[in-house]
Amino acid sequence: MAEEAKKVTAPLDDATIKDLKIGDRVLLSGTIYTGRDAAHKRLIETLEKGEELPIPLEGQVIFYVGPAPAKPGKVIGSAGPTTSYRMDPYAPKLIELGMGGMIGKGNRGKEVRDAMKKYGAVYFASIGGAAALTADTIKKAEVVAYEELGPEAIRKLEIKDMPVVVVNDAYGGDLYEEGRKEYEIK
Amino acid sequence: MRVIKAEELTPIIKKLCMDSNYFLDDDLINVLKKAVDEEDSPAGKEVLEKILENAEIAARDEVAACQDTGFTVVFMDIGEDVFFEGSINEAINEGVRQGYTDGYLRKSILDDALRRKNTGDNTPAIIHIREVPGDKVHITIAPKGGGAENMSTVKMLSPAAGEDGVVQAVVDQVSQAGANPCPPVIVGVGLGGTFEMAALNAKRALLRPLGTFSDDEETARIEKRMLTEINKLGIGPQGFGGRVTCLGVFIERYPCHIASLSCGININCHSSRHKEAVL
Repeated sequence: MAEEAKKVTAPLDDATIKDLKIGDRVLLSGTIYTGRDAAHKRLIETLEKGEELPIPLEGQVIFYVGPAPAKPGKVIGSAGPTTSYRMDPYAPKLIELGMGGMIGKGNRGKEVRDAMKKYGAVYFASIGGAAALTADTIKKAEVVAYEELGPEAIRKLEIKDMPVVVVNDAYGGDLYEEGRKEYEIK
Repeated sequence: MRVIKAEELTPIIKKLCMDSNYFLDDDLINVLKKAVDEEDSPAGKEVLEKILENAEIAARDEVAACQDTGFTVVFMDIGEDVFFEGSINEAINEGVRQGYTDGYLRKSILDDALRRKNTGDNTPAIIHIREVPGDKVHITIAPKGGGAENMSTVKMLSPAAGEDGVVQAVVDQVSQAGANPCPPVIVGVGLGGTFEMAALNAKRALLRPLGTFSDDEETARIEKRMLTEINKLGIGPQGFGGRVTCLGVFIERYPCHIASLSCGININCHSSRHKEAVL
């Protein structure tokens, strides 16, 4: 963990996904999308109807966040991760369709971890509650779908050096399990 | 009899909504600083440092420390010699409406659990009113995020479970929650009372200042015991593994039915927000 943070650009290509291992500290830059409960429900309903999604998926990273409104002069309001398990019912399908990564916080279910291993994807944790700090790494934000959902609308973000940690990699690893094992006192 | 116009509450509530979300309390900052020294895990240490840095940015820029600016929970202790003219509920909700709109705080409240339409102004607040002696009004605002609230529970234990059973229930709840509620967490425990009283006392317990234990000797001993056991779990800051899983445990006790040992467990994230005012 003492190693230098890896500089990574989103969307993620296969080589980048393969290179990321649990515990890696990453400074993420590039383009990502936001989406949480209501947006995920809509995305899956759209797919079920056979319609086209409002955002691309190939190699893309979805940040589970509902930001606070931007103060005048700010790009976006505070923007930390929401708890990820609520997106578990929807994530495997998106991973199957090419999604490269997710940013959130908290444990993922087996179906999601299996899909990440099968199709190649990573799950990053951003520090829950460090929302003002994370917002400062967002350089541009634009609502691109479901505007009526307010904080839950899908936004396209341009980010620079957002600090995240790899929790689940494409090899089935889980930092939450490993970290806890290391420090648990029986 | 002291007569207060209910509308006087609105600007107070508005300010408390904004201040509680921008400025984390000194007691929290102090235990976080202490936790940096106590944490063995490098990843955990880094998380704690970033949480402290985040608190500085939020206070400097007057923006929300956490984007989940929560359900606005309002505790009001009203002196028995006070008479309010007008609607307390309406005055509080107007304060929330103004605070969340003018303060650029996220509106997280939906009109219904199944229909799920955002009310657009973070109302209604959750309001708990108590009568106390005197002619003062004590107001505390405690915005509560969804992630940690979702990890909370009420256990209706058997009286035979005793202290060991209560400690186990609390430790198990934090263990199951894992990384979800943004550890390091703070745990409020409501012991005794009915089902809803246990939950309410668990929430009220979270208002106590961090770094302190109960004035009651036995309660303080159980709080320390729970804190020690939770910090053996190894979950650590953000669940990355470490020593500091919990920053504090607070127990509130209440008389109990002969058949019951109710135990409310309210988990709070490290972004523990509350601000007070006296009127």
